[in-house]
Amino acid sequence: MKKLLIYLRNYRKESILAPLLKLAESLMDLFVPLVVASIIDEGIAAGDNGLIIRNFVLLIVLAVLGMAFSFAAQWMAAKASVGFSTKLRQALFDHIQKLSYRELDNLGTDTLITRMTSDINQVQNGLNLALRLLLRSPFIVFGAMVMAFTIDVPSAIIFAVAIPLLSLVVFGVMLLSIPLFSKAQGLLDRLLGMTREILTGVRVIRAFCKEQQEIDEFDRRNDALTRMNEHVGRLSALMNPATYLIINIATIFLIQQGALRVQAGAIQQGDVVALYNYMAQIVVELVKLASLIITIDKSLACARRVQDMLDVEPTMVYPAALSQEPAADGDCVRFDHVSFSYAEAGDSVLTDIDFAARRGQTIGIIGGTGSGKTTVVNLIARFYDATAGTVAVDGVDVRKYPEGMLIDKIGIVPQKAVLFEGSIRENLLWGNAQASDDELWAALATAQATEVVEGKDGQLDARIEQGGRNLSGGQRQRLTIARALVKNPEILILDDSASALDFATDLALRRAIASLPGNMCVFIVSQRTSSVRAADQILVLDDGELAGIGTHDELMGGCEVYQEIYYSQFPDERPRASRSGHGREAIA
Amino acid sequence: MSKNDAPRTDSMQTLRKVLGIIGRYRLLLFASILLAALTVVLQLYVPILFGDAIDRIASTGSVDFAALGSILMKAGVLIAISSAGTWVMNMINNRLAYQTVKDVRAKAIRQIQTLPLSYLDSHSSGDVVQRIIADVDQLSDGLLLGFTQLFSGIITIVVTLGFMLSKDVGITIMVLVLTPVSFLVARFIATRSYDMFSKQTATRGRQTAFVSELVGNQKIVKAFGHEREASAQFAEINDELQHYSQRAVFFSSLTNPGTRAVNNVIYALVALVGAWRILAGDLTVGGLTVLLSYANQYMKPFNDISSVVTELQNALACAARVFELIEAEPEPKDADVALVSRGGTVDIKDVAFSYDKSKSLIEGFSFHAEPGTKTAIVGPTGCGKTTFINLLMRFYDTDKGSIEVDGQRIVDVSRASLRRSYGMVLQETWLKNATVRENIAFGRPDATDDQIIAAAREAHSWEFIRRMPKKLDTVITDDSLSQGQKQLLCITRVMLCLPPMLILDEATSSIDTRTELQIQEAFDLLMRGRTSFVVAHRLSTIREADQILVMRDGRIIEQGNHDELLAKGGFYKQLYSAQFAGSAE
Repeated sequence: MKKLLIYLRNYRKESILAPLLKLAESLMDLFVPLVVASIIDEGIAAGDNGLIIRNFVLLIVLAVLGMAFSFAAQWMAAKASVGFSTKLRQALFDHIQKLSYRELDNLGTDTLITRMTSDINQVQNGLNLALRLLLRSPFIVFGAMVMAFTIDVPSAIIFAVAIPLLSLVVFGVMLLSIPLFSKAQGLLDRLLGMTREILTGVRVIRAFCKEQQEIDEFDRRNDALTRMNEHVGRLSALMNPATYLIINIATIFLIQQGALRVQAGAIQQGDVVALYNYMAQIVVELVKLASLIITIDKSLACARRVQDMLDVEPTMVYPAALSQEPAADGDCVRFDHVSFSYAEAGDSVLTDIDFAARRGQTIGIIGGTGSGKTTVVNLIARFYDATAGTVAVDGVDVRKYPEGMLIDKIGIVPQKAVLFEGSIRENLLWGNAQASDDELWAALATAQATEVVEGKDGQLDARIEQGGRNLSGGQRQRLTIARALVKNPEILILDDSASALDFATDLALRRAIASLPGNMCVFIVSQRTSSVRAADQILVLDDGELAGIGTHDELMGGCEVYQEIYYSQFPDERPRASRSGHGREAIA
Repeated sequence: MSKNDAPRTDSMQTLRKVLGIIGRYRLLLFASILLAALTVVLQLYVPILFGDAIDRIASTGSVDFAALGSILMKAGVLIAISSAGTWVMNMINNRLAYQTVKDVRAKAIRQIQTLPLSYLDSHSSGDVVQRIIADVDQLSDGLLLGFTQLFSGIITIVVTLGFMLSKDVGITIMVLVLTPVSFLVARFIATRSYDMFSKQTATRGRQTAFVSELVGNQKIVKAFGHEREASAQFAEINDELQHYSQRAVFFSSLTNPGTRAVNNVIYALVALVGAWRILAGDLTVGGLTVLLSYANQYMKPFNDISSVVTELQNALACAARVFELIEAEPEPKDADVALVSRGGTVDIKDVAFSYDKSKSLIEGFSFHAEPGTKTAIVGPTGCGKTTFINLLMRFYDTDKGSIEVDGQRIVDVSRASLRRSYGMVLQETWLKNATVRENIAFGRPDATDDQIIAAAREAHSWEFIRRMPKKLDTVITDDSLSQGQKQLLCITRVMLCLPPMLILDEATSSIDTRTELQIQEAFDLLMRGRTSFVVAHRLSTIREADQILVMRDGRIIEQGNHDELLAKGGFYKQLYSAQFAGSAE
């Protein structure tokens, strides 16, 4: 928590001055009743017009000074809190850039986005309010009491009794109702979830004629929420009348006491007025303080959440320099008995994967969902570290590459075709910031995306909207392939990235990639046997294990899993004999 | 002129409807307003009593204890009454607000169950949820409580003015004249800060978009080693935001000290003029105390009222949205007669239907399905296969012609009895956020665990349910199951009911081979002996169907069996060869 304060370092002066200036302002406020008392007791009593005017001028001066102090304080607070949140936001963003896939999986991007945006805004708000008001309200409350003591001690005792009583009511109600409020919020969220469920499932509900049951369930939740709301409401309904009662009863005692003291000659009428005015100032500030504390408490919770993010250490470590030169010949990618699991004690996602891919080869990876296809390619790029065994690229263990060097060798086309807001050129340059337009067009041609770009106004400068929503799925996919090709990588990974392409484009793409000059090693992850059929080696994954490896013809000869996948996609080619072993007939 | 009148009458209508809704709570609203008036007057009168009391303490030796005692006693009683009044009023307001919210929501959810699907299909579920949850809250907060606040604000101003006038006319007029100055100050600051605020909002919006885009796809950023560029780009927006934010925060925080300074000046003037009036014998010290405390309080209701008015306008808009939902035309009334099931013959006779009545979609469509036959519906994605389901299940009514089940027109029987005779498995699987058991027994709540498990075995869902931490008692959340598993659960749900007719929607992609086989087996088992309609993607399903309906652009363009349609050489042949040829290299 305290660690966040370092982002306030550059604003130390402002963070100290802001509350001090605010105190100066409230000091001005505290003088006012004294000046009014002086008008009444000295000016009016003595008929001294000069004194009255002098005191009036003093009131004006106090008002102007108060405003000046306050303006200065607001500026300091704004500067410090916004400066702080700016620094914090940048620090968090930079920190996120350092996290590895494992941390990103654990935290979830939605969480990170919330921390970056609404949480930090909330922290900024809380800090701003705290700088301005956290000292002010208690200062006025206790200042008023101190002032009362300077006027008359026996009368001031009433303050000393009333203030704790008021605090008890204000803070008591707040403290008791906060947990209830969050309970009510939880019930509301559930009601909202149920409403959404009813709406999205309207067809199923009607198909099963369950309308009444859903209504009954909704009513139950609706009742529960209403009861909780009324319960909280009963509590907060107390706050206003109770504080009003306490402060006014205290005032009655104060006037009574004042009367006795005036009668005794200890104080004058104006002093009673002053005491009365101080009493009035207290309650407003106490209520302000209570709601301020709630806001600050909320933003402290946000600050803690932000701090938690900053405390997440990247688990992936990189050496400073290469200790061994990558070999220019030999195997391009090699898996040596590699196993992998996402969680420490979790089930193995990959078990004992062992294969080697040579330069210039095309490797197909096929298997059902959850069989570990994507994990294999993620290990090549060292997005995760293998739990057992080693992954080597160009003969060097991937863990021995300095940060960034391995990524430079690899072009990835992820499953989800994501593009970013900006021009097509800006998106393609992600692959290689130095690429010339000719290189971009060449990559587009290979990716079968020339027509996508030619069809847009401005060609390479055409704007891509956020998330690429002004492009079709197939167009996006081809541009992401081009983006990876711009890199001119040694290893190209296509992770199920032809799913939105029709068969003809898919085929043309694979042919164009195969005919590229150089010795690129291509990995094609797919669910379609047609996409991997021509590969030099096909890895068949089944539940994280290598069920087979070889060419299409070899696998058709000996790998049952591959055959099953193949025949499910080409049922007409299934030999009569094996057909009865599967499907419908099996349950007959 | 008339243009201005229209929204006003709309608002009046909405208000009248709100009054209609609160119906039995009308007495409560009335009591709340009465109590508001009472407490406001009392709370404003108490300072006057205090002023009078202070007047009785003029100086040493001349304190009038008897009068003082009775004044303070009176104040004490009024304070007690006013506190009690406020408390009762708060309780009433709570009840009023929460009960109204509850009633309106209950009404809305009943309405949803009877609304035609055409309404629900044309409103996004997010929009309807917004109406039922947020808008209803706004309606009660803004409209009911806003109304009492507005009322007590007005009373406060009127009564304050009255009390001040009773003390000193001159000073009251002075305060009245000077008050607008603080509004001017507030307005001046607001217009200055508005510019910075809109810039701040725009920049913050850009930053949020950037963060969602980049952090949302952090893995891609990493895959391309784009981290440094991303940080630099972020820094640029971040610094810009800092510039605007600092100013926006600063300007907006000037309003309070600004108006407070103006108020302090007014306060000083009241003190000055008041002192002169006392010297002239026109005012007492107690009177000045009253005027001083009023001068400070007088401003508050003005600020409150302006925010309450905005709130009220907002609440009226929300109320209008709520009423639009609640008052939407429900489905036409149902027949009482239940469908008598006799094997499941389906006849579609010369049916015409379209969603948009100005464009024709399906016309002159006739079709006959014998009991126990299988009908496949095929066509490219987006061809409108759900239209067919909509008509069979009577989610939508036909425009012309009739659909008959076992010789009974479906409009002549109750919707419930018709729908109960169909088992439906859609591709967009819907499961409740409840236990596996509740989900499977959805259509048959009285089913025993043995029956549920038997159904789950037959539908191949038992294999994964068995492995769940609490088996049937596991609560299903949005992402706890894969798409294939969800579909298997939906099949199990139908498997438990075993209705005479079926509507099935085969899954397309994103399900792995093994699960797909299991789904297929479960489907086959379900369909045995039942009249089935299958939205088909698999060649084997289509080939084995007794009849095939070929759809394109929402219309049914060909019908017949596989061999007939192939021989016809029409769209089906094209579709068939594209799908088949497409899978070969």
